[in-house]
Amino acid sequence: MRGVVGAVLALLCLCRPAAAQSEAAPPPSRFDVPGPLFSGKLPLTGGVASLEGSAGGGLTPWALIGGQGTRDQIGGYGFATLVRSQDYELRVAGATVGLWDRVELSVAQQAFDTRNVGAALGLGRGFTFHQTVLGAKVRLAGDAVLEQDRWLPQLAVGLQFKDNDRAGVLRAIGARDDTGVDVYASATKLFLAQSLLLSGTVRLTKANELGILGFGGVDDRYEPQFEGSAALLLTRRLAVGAEYRMKPDNLAIVDEDDWADLFLAWSPNKNVTVTLAYARLGTVAIERGQRGLYLSLQLGL
Amino acid sequence: MRLALLLLALAAPAHAQPVSHTRPGDYQAFGERPGLVRLMDRLMVGLLADPVTAPFFQRNQRRIKEQLVDQFCALLEGPCEYKGGAMDVVHKRWKIDRAQFNALVEVLQDAMAAEGIPFAAQNRLLAELAPMHRDIVTR
Repeated sequence: MRGVVGAVLALLCLCRPAAAQSEAAPPPSRFDVPGPLFSGKLPLTGGVASLEGSAGGGLTPWALIGGQGTRDQIGGYGFATLVRSQDYELRVAGATVGLWDRVELSVAQQAFDTRNVGAALGLGRGFTFHQTVLGAKVRLAGDAVLEQDRWLPQLAVGLQFKDNDRAGVLRAIGARDDTGVDVYASATKLFLAQSLLLSGTVRLTKANELGILGFGGVDDRYEPQFEGSAALLLTRRLAVGAEYRMKPDNLAIVDEDDWADLFLAWSPNKNVTVTLAYARLGTVAIERGQRGLYLSLQLGL
Repeated sequence: MRLALLLLALAAPAHAQPVSHTRPGDYQAFGERPGLVRLMDRLMVGLLADPVTAPFFQRNQRRIKEQLVDQFCALLEGPCEYKGGAMDVVHKRWKIDRAQFNALVEVLQDAMAAEGIPFAAQNRLLAELAPMHRDIVTR
């Protein structure tokens, strides 16, 4: 105990003169100008909010850290997304924080509205599944934007914890669980001379329709699923692209298809991004050939 | 382990042999030397108008513009030679962070767009410039 007190006192004594010195330090030279606190990334180089909150394309996470913060800054965004197909509606709202271009934390609340299908299934018209997704992502290596003389992409790993509020219905349709964790690794690279961004993700998941129909089923193993995006920069503020997301097919009583979309992302300034997409969702629960529009608005720093 | 080796293999060759991103014709797309002089005049006005970049360009404006004309001309494979100092040497007194570096890129993008330089040609030049962050960003 006495040793600890002594150590603390010694530290205080060491700190004192240093503190006094810094007070008396000369004003910073003209060579030492502090940088801006926020929004130091180039437009669109933080990606957009995906359906699960993680920064990426609309359907899949990228290795980019969300928001406009550089490695010296903190950034982030709030977003709202609406996807409407012939028979369903998915509404998502969430927020994502990017810390020093290294760590990304996100939360998203998904509401999957079954509209008339709910009535057909005896759940009631407009029966809605809610799912909360908590995400974390870490950039391991690389810089997708600046390292234009190297092939190494930006690499990140992440996880998404998902919690669905309809445990009873999920059990009834044969899902094993109402919570689940997805783990993924992403590689993303901007080929600036070609104005082309490519990204690939491998995800280990048991989620049925993102987890909206629960986790696992007759098939209850983690299986790797591939997700990919390609985006072409048309201007600094406008990108057009396509995405593909493989999905498992775990439930016995309904089929599940891979998803794809074509998107347009527009960032009129660093604080606003609008994403419009045409998504092809295939069979979702009992309805086949689902397709529709995806609209997302994102505000942030 | 195998992944680490693969990553090394991907990262390594680029050090040994820098690839050129610019194409024949890009020098012409930038308006050759007169175009680059106009671009640097516009760039300097933009840099001084942006509070993030202005503190770095209070002095030696004429010299900086001349050197940038030579440097860009050489990168675009025009008939010029950049005779200025190495990037790490000329920036070493400054403390420059990523956001400040990116702010310059944005002002340059504005200037190139205002000069009517095609977006694809802009990006090929930026691909040549981007790796210089390793010598310029010192904070």
